[in-house]
Amino acid sequence: MLDDFFIRALVAGIGIAMVAGPLGCFVIWRRMAYFGDTMAHSALLGVALSLLLELNLMISVFIVASVVSLLLLFLQKRGALSTDALLGILSHSALSIGLVIVAFMTWVRIDLVGFLFGDILAVTEADIDIIWGGGILVILSLVYLWRPLLASTVNPELAEAEGLRPERARLFFMLLMALVIAIAMKIVGILLITSLLIIPAATARRFATSPEIMAVLASLIGALAVAGGLFGSLQWDTPSGPSIVVAALALFVLSLLPLARSERASHSSHGGH
Amino acid sequence: MLNFRSPDTTPLVSLANAGVRRNGRWLVRGVEFSISRGEIVTLIGPNGSGKSTTAKTAIGVLKPDEGRVERVPNLRVGYVPQRLAVDWTLPLTVERLMTLTGPLKGREIEEALAATGMLHMAKAEVQHLSGGEFQRALLARAIARKPDLLVLDEPVQGVDFSGEIALYELIKQIRNRTGCGILLISHDLHIVMAETDTVVCLNGHVCCRGTPQAVSQSPEYLKLFGRRAAGALAVYSHHHDHTHLPDGRVLHADGSITESCFPGDGHHHHDEAENVHDHDADCGCGHHTRLHGYDAAEKRDA
Repeated sequence: MLDDFFIRALVAGIGIAMVAGPLGCFVIWRRMAYFGDTMAHSALLGVALSLLLELNLMISVFIVASVVSLLLLFLQKRGALSTDALLGILSHSALSIGLVIVAFMTWVRIDLVGFLFGDILAVTEADIDIIWGGGILVILSLVYLWRPLLASTVNPELAEAEGLRPERARLFFMLLMALVIAIAMKIVGILLITSLLIIPAATARRFATSPEIMAVLASLIGALAVAGGLFGSLQWDTPSGPSIVVAALALFVLSLLPLARSERASHSSHGGH
Repeated sequence: MLNFRSPDTTPLVSLANAGVRRNGRWLVRGVEFSISRGEIVTLIGPNGSGKSTTAKTAIGVLKPDEGRVERVPNLRVGYVPQRLAVDWTLPLTVERLMTLTGPLKGREIEEALAATGMLHMAKAEVQHLSGGEFQRALLARAIARKPDLLVLDEPVQGVDFSGEIALYELIKQIRNRTGCGILLISHDLHIVMAETDTVVCLNGHVCCRGTPQAVSQSPEYLKLFGRRAAGALAVYSHHHDHTHLPDGRVLHADGSITESCFPGDGHHHHDEAENVHDHDADCGCGHHTRLHGYDAAEKRDA
């Protein structure tokens, strides 16, 4: 019953979920959901440029997402506009420039819906190698950067004062985000990448007692959502990318239900009630 | 503790004519002071006077745009920032907070939490702590690192009066036990910790400086704050006779406006406190400085 393409989709999706979990935790701790969106939307400009310049798609998306995040860092330093206004400008300009470039290239026919929502069922073995190879690289980098990243999430000046380098950690974090978006685009698509980052992490918060546990839980919940979404899409013939997001949402809603465990937690912790 | 590379005579940090400029405006200029081991320096000044900027410049978070900041090599800093909000989405217990910027042994964590009276809260999430408990947790985190220099930016904010005295008592004990230098920023313009060796009053520049010891012994002070406070707090009383306008000019008490508060501008009022008060000879920026009960303190000392 399980075809090869289905197994490949499962392996690829779980690989992405493993990486998206810890990265997504930082996205919500740092209140950077909109930043993730902006990078994902800029991926369409990457797609357009890869077609125009005949570059590898993943590399092109990675470069554009990196440039957009560096541009954001630069504009933030100038300090004229607030970060969310800058993100709004960058996000929609990149998306629109990408669409305009695509429209000019009358000689190419691209499946826009495929890029927006992804096509996990078309994953090849080479894709799986990239996903797992890149994924392991991202996880190792995160382990290495964990302390400075976490400390600067709590307070960048504190991290800096006590000898960690928050600016460097932040730069690497943005590059890791760009990498994950480039890799994940094919699976869930541009519009749904951020949901795979955010929803499992938000679900994990309820059950986590430390940042590290939350990161691991987010990975597991993401993997569960991928499996659930894929089986659902097979069962009911629904589009795979959105089905994965719906499965993640279902898990999130489940996590909101009152459970004995969390009541105990709120009793044992010091009550400020 | 004694350290061969930096004997007690070498300041941990010294600022010489340091200034920080942002968006074409000087946040603070001409800052001069140093902190040695076992010394407590308190920065006071109105809002926006550059206290936090000065502290951040001292520990290297901000780079001075003029002047020099010298630190001993490998200076180990413990920092309690002025504002620290941990997002609810981040599950962080007091215990995990301890090792935020570096690894610690279990024993070191316990000692620091016990010293600040937070050991029973080790498993509590920081978001559930009250203002005073959170400040004590942050202080525990900073001292657990066994720093050479402890920098506390308004450590008693959100703490009630008796809690404030207890915290100052604790800071004193930390200094006495570990011999670290302490840079303290006071949230109150007039009340500083009695153990302070030097008070530096900032108002965009160093306005005046002095020692608060004499004050805490005065009857006037005891009457005001009660016997319990006597060991911990001191009044550093003074008032500024000029205000720094947003455009950088200076509004004086008599209504005149000048480009800067340069020496000898005719607005300089010293009074009887000069003997006690280690007022900068070249300050000249026009402060009316007086220490409460100076006479009484003098008699007691004699």
